[in-house]
This record gives sequence, C-alpha cells and structure tokens, in this order.
Amino acid sequence: MSIKTANRMALERLVQAEPVLVDCRPAAQAMGLTDRTVLHAGPPLVWGQACATMQAAILCAIRYEGWASDDAQAAELVHRGEVKIGPCHHRGAVGPMTGIITPSMPVFLVANRSLGNQAFVTINEGLGKVLRFGANDESVLARLRWLRDEAGPLLGKTLRASGGIDLRALMAQALRMGDEMHQRNVAASCLLARALMGPLARAGADAAGLARVADFIGSNDQFFLNIAMAAGKASTDPCLDIPDSTLVVTMARNGTDFGIRVAGLGDRWFTAPVEMPTGLYFPGFGPEDANPDMGDSAIVETIGLGGFAMAASPSVVRFVGAGGLQDAIRATEEMGEICLGEHPHFRIPTLDERGTPVGIDLRKVVETGITPLINTGIAGKKPGTGQIGAGVARAPLACFEQALEAFSAQRQPARTLAGC
Amino acid sequence: MSAITDLFSQEIRVINLGLEVFAQNLERLCVPVIHMQWSPPAGGDPHRAALLAALADEDEEEA
Repeated sequence: MSIKTANRMALERLVQAEPVLVDCRPAAQAMGLTDRTVLHAGPPLVWGQACATMQAAILCAIRYEGWASDDAQAAELVHRGEVKIGPCHHRGAVGPMTGIITPSMPVFLVANRSLGNQAFVTINEGLGKVLRFGANDESVLARLRWLRDEAGPLLGKTLRASGGIDLRALMAQALRMGDEMHQRNVAASCLLARALMGPLARAGADAAGLARVADFIGSNDQFFLNIAMAAGKASTDPCLDIPDSTLVVTMARNGTDFGIRVAGLGDRWFTAPVEMPTGLYFPGFGPEDANPDMGDSAIVETIGLGGFAMAASPSVVRFVGAGGLQDAIRATEEMGEICLGEHPHFRIPTLDERGTPVGIDLRKVVETGITPLINTGIAGKKPGTGQIGAGVARAPLACFEQALEAFSAQRQPARTLAGC
Repeated sequence: MSAITDLFSQEIRVINLGLEVFAQNLERLCVPVIHMQWSPPAGGDPHRAALLAALADEDEEEA
C-alpha cells in the first residue's frame, strides 16, 4: 500500500471513531488487570530512572492496594519484581500525569462503536493533593478508597443504565464552548454532568451518597479530562495496525522520557528525554520547583485537541505567552503544518468553522522541524507537592527523527521489491 | 540597459523566503513584500532530507 493510501485510511479511522462512555468498573474486571501490577503514564520506564514524583505515586498506589504498609516495603516489592510496573498504553488504557492504575481502581470504559475496540481511564481525582501529581499522604489514599467504594460503583451503575454517552458529539459541542479539552474542560465537564444528572438520580443511591458524587463532579473543572483521553485512546488505537502509515498514533511522557508510536511501526516506542514545560505557576512556585513533563494526556493532541485546538479556547492562550487570540490562532495554524487533515467533527468557530488540525504526519514534523505543542499541567518535582502550575511543552524532535529512520529502513525492502 | 537595471527601474514587489528580517527591512521602506516562512527540509540535514524525499516520491508515484 502507498503511504498516501495508508495515511488516508488511518486518518479516516481516527476522525470517524465514535467513542461512547459506557461503564465504570474496577480495572481488574474491566481490563483484566488482576496481577500485582502498577500501570503508569508514558513509554516503558525503568524504576531506577523514574523521577521522584513518579516513584512516590507508584509507592503510594502499592500502599493503597494493601500490598505494602509503607513506602520502604513497597519499594522492596518493586526491586524484587513482586510488583511489576508497565505503561497504561500496553493495557488499552491512558492516565493523566503519573497515570497510575492498579487493579481495584475504578476505570471508565469508552467503547469505539465504529470499530468495536475499547479504552480505559481512571476517574479524575480533582485538584490539589492527588496521586496523579505524585501526592501520597492519607488524604490521597482516603479519596482513592472513596472512589473505589462509592463513586466508581455508582457511576458504573449510572452509565450502564444510561445506554452510554456519545462523546464525539459532546466534545464537538464543548469545543464550541471554549474548551480545548486539555487545559480547559469546564464546558465538557458541565455537559457530561448534565447528561449524567437524570441517570445518576435514577441509579438508586441514598441521598447522601448521591450528593457526595454530584458534589465531586461539580467541583472539578477537569473532571472530563480523563474521559477525553480515553476517547482519544479509543480513536487512535485502531490505527496501530496500518503498516504503511506515517501517522503518529501515540504521544506520552513518563516524567523521564517522551515517547511516540507510529501507525506503520506498530508497538515500537521512539523516545527522547522529556522537556520541561513552560507556563504559569501557582503563587510560591517557580520553574525551579517543576518536574519534567508527564502523562498520557498528550493523546488529546493526537486527535486534534489541546494545543492543536488552541484557537477554540482563547481563555487558555495565556499559557502560550503574553499574547491574545491571534497567538492562539497562530498556534493552531502552526500545528496544521504538521497534520494530514482537518477534523470533520471538531470545528472551531473562530476559524470560520474549519476543523482542528488532526493526524500528525511523522514526515511533516521532521521536514519542518515544527514539533507538536502540548498543553499540560505542571507537577512539583518534590514528591507530595502536587500540581504547581500549568503551561505548554513541545514534543522532542529526536523521537520523530528516530521514527523516520526506522520507517525508512522498514520501507526500503518493500521499495526494492516493487522496483523488481 | 541591463536586465538588472530594468528591474530596479520598475515598481518592486517582493516575495521573501527564509529570513524574515529582509522582509521587515523592505516593509520599513514601504516596498510591497510577502514573507514566506521557509527553512531547508529537516533543518538542512542531507541524510534526513534524502529519506524524506524518497518517502515523498512514493506519494507522487501513486498520484
């Protein structure tokens, strides 16, 4: 197959995906994550090279599961290989920031109704001290237990009774309401809350439990982020088996490395040291306190949202510099230089209804030197600090250069045969 | 009169490729100019530029 045909097929699969939020169940049940494994964000990670924030989150997750009573014991289990660590992406899932998933954590299940595949993601924990930013004290554990024991089961019951929530339509609408669905998810979270309201009330919870879950969803502007990520994962995964395509299917960071995967190169990761985000810091924090970029959330950029949809979200433009809407439009136009097309469903009112740029072409990144722009939260590098700011980061060019070399090497025998 | 003298005796309209500072200087002199952002493929790396050219050729062959 020619690259052009393969890319057309990959882009079609990506933009015509129909992600639907259908369920919420423990990861053990939904994903078959039954062994002593802690999943993390980004490409595969060697424990000794993990940043302190990631290590703290993994150890906290081991304590949460009851596999160890303190961090020292938890670290021993990892060193001895009695607890394994691995990327969320290898188990059909994605996770924001540290991206931790363990067997008893409830995960949302997003079904892609156009191709029949599924993707999983945890429930967003909210702001402040949370596991995804490496916080690890008793308040973090208490929230995780509440999500497991009350919120997860109730949300699962609600979603199963609802028949599923059409995420593509919801996301298209949220984009028109000013979300780019990485830094800003307030509109999408409200739309989701509206869709859940009736089914949640009918799910038969006691009034106090219902109020706790409703308050939790209502108090978190980023509640939808995780669900947008699972929609991205469900939309991009079917592109991984198109051998001749140069479409970038995955971008993810583990706090140490940035990794990409390309449709025509299957499960192989191409990695380079991750960059530091630049942006705005909460009072009392600065760049010297920041951890290198983390999380699977860059999956939203691979489907044309986040930094690629900056023009749809003037209120996040301060993160790209001191400019205004024109800077946001320039950012989206720049991302258009490295993409295969425009999204037929995600349209931007400020660009006369043009679609967001979508389908990053590995070749265009290397040719132009324009690297994907990713909107991101900033975690503190000191374990337990949590989120200290938000900003943008660039994908390192070296990942794309390596992938180009591999793609060309793989392509060479095919060209030689065709020449015969 | 040489061609170059001919050129400069007419109204000059410029398309500038690459370094934007040339376009900015012309704008200051009120010369109509369109700037086009351009840089050599792959930042000028000849090996990667060749790989890109080979992969681009495949698309053209199909077209």
